[in-house]
Amino acid sequence: MTSVLYDVPGPKARLYSLLGSAAGILIILGVLAIAVTTLAQQGIFDADRWEIFYGPLAPDVWSLIGQGILSTLAAAAVAAVIAFPLGIGLCLLRISLIAWIRIPTQVVLEFLRGMPVVLMMLFVLLVFATGQFQAVVVGLTLYNAAIFAEILRAGIQSLPKGQREAGLAIGLRSFQSRMSIEFPQAVRRMLPSLVAQLVVLLKDTSLGYIVGYEELLRKIQIMADFLGPDFLFPAFFVGAAIYILINLTVSRIAILIERRGSKKAAGGVAPPSLRTGLVVGGNDPVAKDSVEGPDKK
Amino acid sequence: MDAVIASLPEYWDGFLRTLYLSVISGIIALLVGTLLAAMRVSPVAALRGFSMFYVEVARNTPLTIIFFFAAIVLPRLGVKFEQFEVAAIIALSSYTAAFIAEAVRSGVNSVPVGQAEAARSIGMTFTQVLGFIVLPQAVRTVIPPLINILIALVKNSSVAGAFFVLELFGYGRQLSNDYGDQVLWILLGVAFFYLLITVPLGLLAHFVERKVAIAR
Repeated sequence: MTSVLYDVPGPKARLYSLLGSAAGILIILGVLAIAVTTLAQQGIFDADRWEIFYGPLAPDVWSLIGQGILSTLAAAAVAAVIAFPLGIGLCLLRISLIAWIRIPTQVVLEFLRGMPVVLMMLFVLLVFATGQFQAVVVGLTLYNAAIFAEILRAGIQSLPKGQREAGLAIGLRSFQSRMSIEFPQAVRRMLPSLVAQLVVLLKDTSLGYIVGYEELLRKIQIMADFLGPDFLFPAFFVGAAIYILINLTVSRIAILIERRGSKKAAGGVAPPSLRTGLVVGGNDPVAKDSVEGPDKK
Repeated sequence: MDAVIASLPEYWDGFLRTLYLSVISGIIALLVGTLLAAMRVSPVAALRGFSMFYVEVARNTPLTIIFFFAAIVLPRLGVKFEQFEVAAIIALSSYTAAFIAEAVRSGVNSVPVGQAEAARSIGMTFTQVLGFIVLPQAVRTVIPPLINILIALVKNSSVAGAFFVLELFGYGRQLSNDYGDQVLWILLGVAFFYLLITVPLGLLAHFVERKVAIAR
């Protein structure tokens, strides 16, 4: 890696770097070795501990896990689908020209954003006496709609003033200009943030565990309770791995969208190495004052 | 309403414990996160790789899973904690550190290359470039997102309430059991105490953002 921070390393520096790498790897391996031996002493690696995943019980175990994944994804999907339009609505109210619409919306948004999601879930669950699924979905929806609204507002504010002025000048009403000129561009600019928020939403479905929604983690616990404490670690290990894999996949998609989006930004200036240390000037693609014609869509 | 007034001592205790969890985990996360960010830009490949792996995995793991691991799985593997607070602090700080590392790194990235190049060309060393030129400029861009991460940390500490720590959310669950007929007020009370921390922090972030904003 070349960097403007330091000179290209000479033979001495390269040797130090090599020694440093070796020492770093040794330390990390050492910690891993301690962890693995501790686990081995507990008999974690005995085959019978993992038998639940391929032995006679395997179909039941996997079907439980499958149900868990499905309910996790279902809650996330329903919440995302409702939260997005709701976020657009809240954003419209938030940037309204009329003070008595704008200010109360601002208060509501601050309230929703300052609240732990799990508290909202518990609130819905206990106060409205709904089922767990509804509680999880409503909690996630309210919170994420507020975040979507703020992201979209930031997107609209980052647009050049001329966009709205031009819209108004050709005789569009304020609302028409918002919907047909500003929102499409704001959504486009903020797509990376919006998708990143979707990953957060997906992660937050695991809070359903706390309010008793039978998502993946709860299923894992039910399974471990049923099979006995010996199987807690294997069950947890597999469950956590599945969760992380799903999230990593969605994150990857988010990064792909981000790359695509930044390549399409005006002038085609893509900051491809934003993620690789201090190599680029790293201008935020969002902050750049670009004007995009609607024909580029 | 009277249930809220009757349980003010519990609220206060929970409020203090939420603050305690957030402050301790926040400090640890800031230290570890900055260290991870430094590893990420360091010339040593192994450190870079480790930092990248850690950040990527921690950011994509739900906090509940980390808590579950620290509070339920670890004790069964023989790692026992005196208090569940310790498990909560480990979970919160290891999760938050990844986000702090990302914020610090993107702050360093936001400083135009020309700045570092200019500093290099007048003969400054690595430490001088970082200490006098890059970091002072990076800090300005980093502070607002850092405050936002800390706000998220305060909110995330509520997950500890589900794992045997009696902080605000934990008391909220307990009290709404005790006063089944006044759940609405009990939970609004909990919400109020959370807002007491998060709203001032949010205002601070806004203020700092305007104060240190630099036009580039």
